[in-house]
Amino acid sequence: MTDAAVKPRRWKRPPVLIQDARWRLGIYSGAVIYLILAISSVEVNWVRVYDGLERGWRFVQGFLVPDFTSRWSDISQGLVESLTMTVTATVVGILISVPIGVGAARNLAPRPVYYVCRSIIALSRALQEIIIAILFVAMFGFGPFAGFLTLSFATIGFLAKLLAEDIEDIDESQAEAVRSTGASWLQLVNYAIQPQVMPRLIGLSLYRLDINFRESAVIGIVGAGGIGATLNTAIDRYEYDSAGAILLMIIAIVMVAEYSSGFVRKWVQ
Amino acid sequence: MPITKTSDSAVWRKRTTLQQWALWGGWFLLVVFFIFCWQVMTKDTIWYFVADAPTQAADLGGRMFPPRWSYIDVLWAPLWDTLNIATLGTLLGIAIAIPVAFLAARNTTPSVLFVRPIALFIIVSSRSINSLIWALLLVAIIGPGILAGIVAIGLRSIGFVAKLLYEAIEEIDETQVEAISATGASAAQVVDYAIVPQVLPAFFGISVFRWDINIRESTILGLVGAGGIGLQLQASLNVLAWPQVTMIFIVILGTVVLSEWVSAKVRHAII
Repeated sequence: MTDAAVKPRRWKRPPVLIQDARWRLGIYSGAVIYLILAISSVEVNWVRVYDGLERGWRFVQGFLVPDFTSRWSDISQGLVESLTMTVTATVVGILISVPIGVGAARNLAPRPVYYVCRSIIALSRALQEIIIAILFVAMFGFGPFAGFLTLSFATIGFLAKLLAEDIEDIDESQAEAVRSTGASWLQLVNYAIQPQVMPRLIGLSLYRLDINFRESAVIGIVGAGGIGATLNTAIDRYEYDSAGAILLMIIAIVMVAEYSSGFVRKWVQ
Repeated sequence: MPITKTSDSAVWRKRTTLQQWALWGGWFLLVVFFIFCWQVMTKDTIWYFVADAPTQAADLGGRMFPPRWSYIDVLWAPLWDTLNIATLGTLLGIAIAIPVAFLAARNTTPSVLFVRPIALFIIVSSRSINSLIWALLLVAIIGPGILAGIVAIGLRSIGFVAKLLYEAIEEIDETQVEAISATGASAAQVVDYAIVPQVLPAFFGISVFRWDINIRESTILGLVGAGGIGLQLQASLNVLAWPQVTMIFIVILGTVVLSEWVSAKVRHAII
């Protein structure tokens, strides 16, 4: 047999995702029925929407001609709260999540410690920031302190999980080499693990700083301090020019944070 | 990597003395900065409330348990709304994100100089504003209700879906594009036969992932009036009906875990 006879000459359509035609039909029609039901359950008050268009236009105008001056003291206070909250919560969150991350790495921690740390991570990841913020505001009162606690708590789940995964993925031969010198557990972590995960830990921390700032703009809505509270007030008062100014500043800070963290990450790695 | 020679042996060190000092200086500055931020942040904190928190927490816990199980009958309709907000919002976001992604990808954009920056700006602004803020704005503009929630989720999803999709488009195998264009295919045919089949699995993965995130986010949109189970949460919080709040938290947690499971299953099946 020649080569050409073995190779298929005609192009065949690659197999479709769901092989069985009945299943495919069932899933597609189920999706269509769901869509019809879902769309029909959306009640739209078109008169209200039409009224709102004028307000929407005013918002666009406010966005194009933002008013930084008339509410500047509120805005700057909110920004300072948000920024300080972000920095302190990120630092404290990292300090807590490093030991938890080490404890949640399968190749480093004994079984009981592993399960305790994994459940802390799961708890922190399952609860949304807003829900944690509601609880912390109820316990600690209004203001940035509750926000700080919320962001720290949320940081733990994110950072410890990724750090633990990173530690599990390390090059075992280096750990083996350090272990064979008779190093203690602490020395193992310091000389075999830490150099391998440090660049990524720094990268993740910067990324989390970025996320924490974005979140700090939101948790103010439920009373946990920061720029979100200012934004909420501005929109409640229909001061779209101030709201536009706040949103522009949030976008600008997030952009600066994203670019500079990308730069720092390149420099570290 | 410097080696310092002492009287009898050479000692290897990772950094020079200057580098070492710079490193310590950097850490010191970070600590100072942290303390400064801490002082500014806690300037208005009432420490009495903080010290009182354990009592408050115990009190809250006592009031939150047991959850009011019968309240779940009220929650089915808002839960259905929440699912619809997430799903329809994801669809809306995807519909807008696909063209944005093609305009943003370096190899499919009509103009790297003019169109690409605009597409990237759309992506960044959608990503930097949380869905709760979008909802806050939209409730003020088009009124409270599910529609505001759907649009908020949609606007928020654009950036995420478009960013991951345009990265996938940029990473495609160019030889297939060359093969198709060598047959004399039009630009639309190149997209249809060379690019879309390559990014389709990634696209479905991204969409399901975003749907999962959107379920999470849509549960709280009601706090600002955008429909769904968050409305019940807001109402229960306003009257301090903590057993109901606990019940809502349980329902939210169940939904989130379920959606995560579904999305993990689907992603395993297609990727």
